[in-house]
Amino acid sequence: MSINTKPPKPVEERSNVVILFAGDSGDGIQLTGTQFTGTNALFGNDVSTFPNYPAEIRAPIGTLAGVSGFQLHFGSVEIFTPGDQCDVLVVMNAAALSANLDKLKPGGIIIANSDGFDKKNLRLAGFIDAADPLTDGSLVNFQVHAVDVTKLTRTALEDSTLGMKEKDRCKNMFVLGFINWMFSRENTLAEGFLEKKFGKKPDLLEANRKALIAGYFYGETSETFTTRFEVKAAPLPKGTYRAITGNQGTALGLIAGARKAKLDLFYGSYPITPASEILHELSRHKNFGVITFQAEDEIAAIGSAIGASYGGALGITASSGPGIALKTEAMGLALMLEIPLVIVNVQRGGPSTGLPTKTEQADLWQAVLGRNGEAPIPVLAASTPIDCFDMAFEAVQIALEHMTPVILLTDGYIANGSEPWRFPAADSLPEIKPPFIAAREAGTPSAAEPFLPYARDERGVRPWAIPGQAGLQHRIGGIEKQDLTGNISYDPRNHEKMVRLRAEKVARIADRYKPIRLDSGPAEGELLVVGWGSTYGAIRTAALQLQKEGHAVAHVHLRHMFPFNKGLGPLLKQYKKVLVPEMNSGQLRQLLRAEFLVDAQGLNKIQGMPFTSEEIRVGILNTLKS
Amino acid sequence: MSTVNGTSEMPGQARSDKPEKVDFSSDQEIRWCPGCGDYSILKQVETLLAQSGKKKEDVVFISGIGCSSRFPYYLDTYGMHSIHGRAPTIVSGLRSVRPDLSVWMVTGDGDAMSIGGNHIIHLLRRNVDVNVLLFNNQIYGLTKGQYSPTSPEGAVTRSTPMGSTDHPFNPLALVKGADGTFIARSMDRDPKHMREVLARADAHRGTSFVEVYQNCNVFNDGAFEVFTEKASKPDHVLFIEHGKPLLFANGTKGIKLDGMTPLILDLSTGAHSADDCWVHNERDGFKASILVRLFDDPRLQGAMPRPFGVFYVADRPTHEEKLQAQVKRAKEVKGPGDLDKLLQGEHTWTIG
Repeated sequence: MSINTKPPKPVEERSNVVILFAGDSGDGIQLTGTQFTGTNALFGNDVSTFPNYPAEIRAPIGTLAGVSGFQLHFGSVEIFTPGDQCDVLVVMNAAALSANLDKLKPGGIIIANSDGFDKKNLRLAGFIDAADPLTDGSLVNFQVHAVDVTKLTRTALEDSTLGMKEKDRCKNMFVLGFINWMFSRENTLAEGFLEKKFGKKPDLLEANRKALIAGYFYGETSETFTTRFEVKAAPLPKGTYRAITGNQGTALGLIAGARKAKLDLFYGSYPITPASEILHELSRHKNFGVITFQAEDEIAAIGSAIGASYGGALGITASSGPGIALKTEAMGLALMLEIPLVIVNVQRGGPSTGLPTKTEQADLWQAVLGRNGEAPIPVLAASTPIDCFDMAFEAVQIALEHMTPVILLTDGYIANGSEPWRFPAADSLPEIKPPFIAAREAGTPSAAEPFLPYARDERGVRPWAIPGQAGLQHRIGGIEKQDLTGNISYDPRNHEKMVRLRAEKVARIADRYKPIRLDSGPAEGELLVVGWGSTYGAIRTAALQLQKEGHAVAHVHLRHMFPFNKGLGPLLKQYKKVLVPEMNSGQLRQLLRAEFLVDAQGLNKIQGMPFTSEEIRVGILNTLKS
Repeated sequence: MSTVNGTSEMPGQARSDKPEKVDFSSDQEIRWCPGCGDYSILKQVETLLAQSGKKKEDVVFISGIGCSSRFPYYLDTYGMHSIHGRAPTIVSGLRSVRPDLSVWMVTGDGDAMSIGGNHIIHLLRRNVDVNVLLFNNQIYGLTKGQYSPTSPEGAVTRSTPMGSTDHPFNPLALVKGADGTFIARSMDRDPKHMREVLARADAHRGTSFVEVYQNCNVFNDGAFEVFTEKASKPDHVLFIEHGKPLLFANGTKGIKLDGMTPLILDLSTGAHSADDCWVHNERDGFKASILVRLFDDPRLQGAMPRPFGVFYVADRPTHEEKLQAQVKRAKEVKGPGDLDKLLQGEHTWTIG
């Protein structure tokens, strides 16, 4: 794209690179990150991302509280996590540097917007006596490149009629252009994006494009940068790919499930971080028979979903921990009604409001145990953004085919993270068959039979009769029901029978699971790592590495948290030790101990941040030694 | 003397030419206390349903928790006895996907005005097409006699031995405030009036809100007797009819609107006549806001009579109509969903 008279700068090849973009939450850093991710994915790299943003939408400019980050790991090799430590740290101000310097590898590259390091910025970022780290020698162990992005962007936009504020908004495009140059990528995808976004505002389009190109040429012409990097395409399986975040995956899995069941989808939801993107995504697909209902509160969200399922649609609700707490009573109702319902919990740091924008796996007990009475509800957990699609689809399958509420656990880490997805063909997804029952029209022989709404099939599943079907009128509710008829019953023996029937029905859902499968490692040996949810990539990376080093370490990753896979108990017995890494104090560990009487050990991190693979590796080694 | 004429269509007209009389009672034993006002309401609803020509399978009753909320069990329709206060949420979801059904919601003063207060106002502002029957007995009956959000201040109950310190809700003023499109009041002891009000409610498209004064003869006996007993009824009850002057006390008294202030006129002296009185127009939202505020404590000297009948009717598209219209439009513009295209998304790349 450039005509350059100078000799080309040398290009250094890397197998994988971790880059972290950080700035004020108003700096447009998330956009820079997602655009650079898209460019790399399109080029053929394997990618994994981790956006990390503050709970405040616009915290005071320049403060540590306002720092937003976007971490990208891309490579010519398979990538399982957004990376432990970064190779390149791009910071728009002093606070961004201060908040993220500990994530940079020794010798790593810092690209700093020097305009964001004035006295005020330095003071806000907590640098003592406003000493400038870019010039005072404190960053001697890193390669520091100070670039006055603000000034360079303004210069590039000298001819523009835009105001200074709008010009400064183009800074993120300057950075993107420069990073594209640095990693030998083209600006094409970003230009296409700008055209789509600003097509109707030519002055903004022009300014952003100019900033993008200026950033690219700055890399080429500036004497400061002597080397470019190149990350070749990864040997990913052949096929067509797209990028997907976990929340998108969940939304698409739900729609695919409804479509495969030939049902309309009703989504009742109240906005909450980090689950709202599911609502946004679903609301764009009304042509699939999707109705989204932004309810007055979390209780109304689940209540409306129950009402929709009662009416014969697929009712779904989603939230995060505090919202799920509010839905608890209604979950018990759905369980008593024995109607299909999917409840998604995009977990975040708790308890109470907790850490809204940070991740955690501390709602497992809430999902499995957290209801009044004997209230078994199947619980699934997704492990990656792609897995969100698969598990959302399975949640729909189980809910509809077994007439039960189902909880799907994801978390903020995978919900916002993205990876390349070799998406399936619609035909390859199985049909879903709810246990509908034929109407009994007056005058036909069937009309004479009494309808028993709680008569069960061999799997313990009751029929789904929909209002409007003749001859199937019945009453259901949250009060204990008489077996078969569903009428109110306070009979003590009937209550015990119903509690057992509901439990057996849910237990039998394990019959449909595929046999348990190790993710990696030997079928027996020293240690089994049992993971669940979003720790997948970090555990996989660590386990593969240790196996390469000759350790008899295996990794199994659970997707069915309740009921467990029947093969899990026997599998646990094949190893001398069991280690359970979790972003909580040991919730799965306790469930495994209770269920299988196994001496499972914990590796626990409760910092609102995901495990690094190094933390897992060290944890496994320590357990092996103990 | 109580008739409820209106400008809306009368019930049954659109449904069927010659409805057969259908028995809507279920086989379940009714478990309300003997003498409870709920029996009367159940009977009138059954009668109305039978007259309306609806098919049993097209009718759904949703309730919350409380004595009134046992209602669905006693009808041979589809029904759900849900959880406390949440019936409006169930109704909202059900109507969103099933605009074809006749949906009724049965609730009480605790269920609707206290624990479910948030949901009821949102049901009303959205104008979900449902007939809401609020059984107001000014007491918590199922939990054995605590004061409710409609109990008068000072009410001595099991939880308020020194009298309630709470100011009560005026349910219909709340409904008007939330832009309800059909607002009415009736009482368990006047079956004919109730049946007529219910028929009007059923014919209305949108949230029809009917408050029924219902006697709890066990925990709050006689709470409404000033309105229901023959001796006191004429002086305290104002039956309102569209297009008719507001008259009560057997026509010897009337209500005049002096600016924004309602005044009682004595028509017996010859100084005033019915022509001087406020003529009820159920389509007048401003006046309806005044009418729902006729809520004086009947024990006070010179108290305004309490209105019964249809206060207000407005035409506004229902929530489910608007939702379904969006789905229809999305299908027209984008075509019926193509799952392959959806999974593929907007940007793809190919490897190999």
